[in-house]
Amino acid sequence: MTDISNGGLNGKGLALVPRTETAQTLKDFKSDQEVRWCPGCGDYAILAAVQSFLPELGLRRENIVFVSGIGCSSRFPYYLNTYGFHSIHGRAPAIATGLAASRPDLSVWVITGDGDALSIGGNHLIHALRRNVNLNILLFNNRIYGLTKGQYSPTSEIGKITKSTPMGSLDKPFNPISLAIGAEAGFVARTIDSDRKHLQGVLREAAAHRGASLVEIYQNCNIFNDGAFDALKDPATRDEITVKLEHGRPIVFGTGDNEKAVRLSRTGGVEVVRRSEVSDDEILVHDAHNPDPSAAFALSRLDDPAFEHVPIGVFRSIDRPSYDQLMNEQLQTATADKGRGSLGDLLLGGDTWRIG
Amino acid sequence: MTKQVQQLDRVIIRFAGDSGDGMQLTGDRFTSETAQFGNDLSTLPNFPAEIRAPAGTLPGVSSFQLHFADHDILTPGDAPNVLVAMNPAALKANVADLPRGADIIANTDEFTKRNLAKVGYAGNPLEDESLAEWRVHAVPLTSLTVRALEGFDVSKKDAERAKNMFALGLLSWLYHRPTEGTIKFLEAKFAKKPEIAKANIAAFQAGWNYGETTESFSVSYEVKPASLPPGVYRNISGNQALAYGLIAASVQSGLPLFLGSYPITPASDILHELSKHKRFGVRTFQAEDEIAGVGAALGAAFGGSLGVTTTSGPGVALKAETVGLAVTTELPLIVVDVQRAGPSTGMPTKTEQTDLLMAMFGRNGESPVPVLAAATPSDCFHMAVEAARIALKYRTPVMLLSDGYLANGSEPWRVPDPAELPDISIAFTTEPNGADGAYLPFKRDPETLARPWAVPGTAGLEHRIGGIEKADGTGNISYDPDNHDRMVRLRQAKIDGIDVPDLVVDDPDGDARVLVLGWGSTYGPIAAAVRRARRSGGKVAQAHLRHLNPLPGNTGDVLRSYDKVLLPEINLGQLAMLLRARFLVDVISYNRVRGLPFKAEELAAVIQDVIESD
Repeated sequence: MTDISNGGLNGKGLALVPRTETAQTLKDFKSDQEVRWCPGCGDYAILAAVQSFLPELGLRRENIVFVSGIGCSSRFPYYLNTYGFHSIHGRAPAIATGLAASRPDLSVWVITGDGDALSIGGNHLIHALRRNVNLNILLFNNRIYGLTKGQYSPTSEIGKITKSTPMGSLDKPFNPISLAIGAEAGFVARTIDSDRKHLQGVLREAAAHRGASLVEIYQNCNIFNDGAFDALKDPATRDEITVKLEHGRPIVFGTGDNEKAVRLSRTGGVEVVRRSEVSDDEILVHDAHNPDPSAAFALSRLDDPAFEHVPIGVFRSIDRPSYDQLMNEQLQTATADKGRGSLGDLLLGGDTWRIG
Repeated sequence: MTKQVQQLDRVIIRFAGDSGDGMQLTGDRFTSETAQFGNDLSTLPNFPAEIRAPAGTLPGVSSFQLHFADHDILTPGDAPNVLVAMNPAALKANVADLPRGADIIANTDEFTKRNLAKVGYAGNPLEDESLAEWRVHAVPLTSLTVRALEGFDVSKKDAERAKNMFALGLLSWLYHRPTEGTIKFLEAKFAKKPEIAKANIAAFQAGWNYGETTESFSVSYEVKPASLPPGVYRNISGNQALAYGLIAASVQSGLPLFLGSYPITPASDILHELSKHKRFGVRTFQAEDEIAGVGAALGAAFGGSLGVTTTSGPGVALKAETVGLAVTTELPLIVVDVQRAGPSTGMPTKTEQTDLLMAMFGRNGESPVPVLAAATPSDCFHMAVEAARIALKYRTPVMLLSDGYLANGSEPWRVPDPAELPDISIAFTTEPNGADGAYLPFKRDPETLARPWAVPGTAGLEHRIGGIEKADGTGNISYDPDNHDRMVRLRQAKIDGIDVPDLVVDDPDGDARVLVLGWGSTYGPIAAAVRRARRSGGKVAQAHLRHLNPLPGNTGDVLRSYDKVLLPEINLGQLAMLLRARFLVDVISYNRVRGLPFKAEELAAVIQDVIESD
């Protein structure tokens, strides 16, 4: 184990995590446990994508930890041959915060769902993001409660008919991307279970980011909310509505006569217009590294339950010191100023007197 | 003028004023002077939860009681010999506690018509006969202070605020306290405002000189130093001792300390103290809520830190689910509950022993947790080390109970040499423990039943743990009925088997038929009451529990060897319920839940009753 007692660590991304000397394959990351999600669940695709992506990082397997809460997605750690902690509902970001803050030599991943992260654990999520704890948070969003068998979730659309809302749900859903940007997360992205290439690309960038990375993954629950993201998967509609965000590139989407562009609106947000109606320099160029989160937030608002246009990709990726880094610097500074603490001196500090 | 000096063996002083009058600071300084002088002492701060209640009202009264003596003492004292009353509210709130003949030093400047009316005095009690049974010293503390500071470059408001230092100076003269410490303290406290420092020192000295010259005080008092066991001493409060104990546990275990905590009265000072000691590798994390505090501590424990969370009763309620997770994942964790008056918000600054049953049972499922309770402020140090020892050796969360009385009260403490402290280090598992290089995270040590502890970063021992029931040995998810029954029993047997020292009985003559049993912060008042009972000829034995789960192995035998067992508790009989259930011994409960510690006199009378009754 790396000496973690005295701070003194700096670096970005995975620089502090020991690297492996032997080549790894997907097999190295499969645990011996039988995977028990419903046949056809989107989680299988995400698991396979993660297992085949991890070898690419070249990290020592023993320095990777997956922490989860409660829900279908939270079984994820059992299926990976790394260290893992399947915790309690909503609390994974809190537990992972203690782990990441005290162990900068670990690559810590949080697996959570829309109910786990945004309902019962909403508080921990926003605070982990604002602190920039060195975590990669993968939020599997299927817009439904699966493990409790089909109640509406905080990302379900208004009017959702479920077992607990026979006349339709009343609450306005959270947009996880808007929420994360509102909490000033340093890295915020969205991807989709069915697009392995895009998913792995986003994971790659999330892993490289030191601090809190929030990755929303649209994930199909084929039992309780089947087809929730079909419009993004169906070849007939997919390319017309998917807004792929790429840093430094003008934001355009759609095909042929339907090609559209995104530009700044007069009301402070962004708007979608026909490509043919705007000149090149009117089109918003995506800047994921902009310290000002306003444009990234505006882009997150393009999303709508009707799926007329859905941005995916990295909304925001900025550098700021991670929580573990700052905490270690304080330990280092305190020690540099006065030396390592001595228990004897501590106990004898303050006013003392001798008897006998 | 030569004044008479009278020798006393002990004195109880209570400083009382508005919560903005600086009474806690005045009391702290007098305590430091007294400790420096070498008396034994015990303190009881008592303050409102409101930071600044309306000035001059009864709810705004803050007080600090100090008991000091030329011999070892056990409590902050029942009834003050001296009351310093900075305003009419302070007089009204405290006068009923004074025995006949006690001294009252009252700040006459505050006894205005308006202030008197605020607390319902029709006339001025300093001027009528209503205080005839006490010795009243009417001193215009505010105006004397302002006059003493006329030559100083401070505002009138700042001059008035120094009146507590004038009062401290006067009391320091009255009891022959050393003054250098307070002068040094004021210089350091106001280092950035030298004029304020000078003014406060001048007010302090003016108070001393006033005592020396005024005719209002004809006698001063000496209380000789106490003869305590040899050693180096310091004064320490329960919260500070607990924080130091946690640092000592980190040093003695070789594991970095991680505190996850959310501010809550009366536990916050542990967080404050630990946050100062980053040189020891201490990480303090002020979490977004109580749940995150314990969650982060457990996460750090998973990573190989000594994980601690500190809170009070309402926080323990919120942390229950995570403590259950620590029970089932069998990770070391220390949960400190500085108990306060409940239920719900209750009385945050007042003390109680009402969380025992919550600590024992306040979780879903069969969820056994070791429970410890500190007996005195300085005992918080040793019990913190003991909590860490048990948590690490047995891989379990441990509940450590303190309370508001211990947390804020203070006493002289013989500082231990670190070499005297136990080695509580444990070895992480670094090698496979199963067939074919497998790692079995729930293969137990046959003696302690503790599971192995392999931390992330250990190659070849990658494994998953969690809240779902685990198969014995492998730790894989298991819904097997017999496995669950076995795991429930194993977890219970592990806690039941924790090595706990025997209960020690204090019975000087060995022929007592009545035992007084206590736990937690009632140690001082019970021991003081037992002394009184013995002085008046009563035969009584005393024993005090610091380990409440598991109980010492000889507890049943001790209880059964007395005709009667008296158990005073600041709750409605929580330990009594456990003892009856466990040992079928019909203990006699004495319960008061007033937010205050027991008084020695009160308990002495109860003991006498029990001895004399059939």
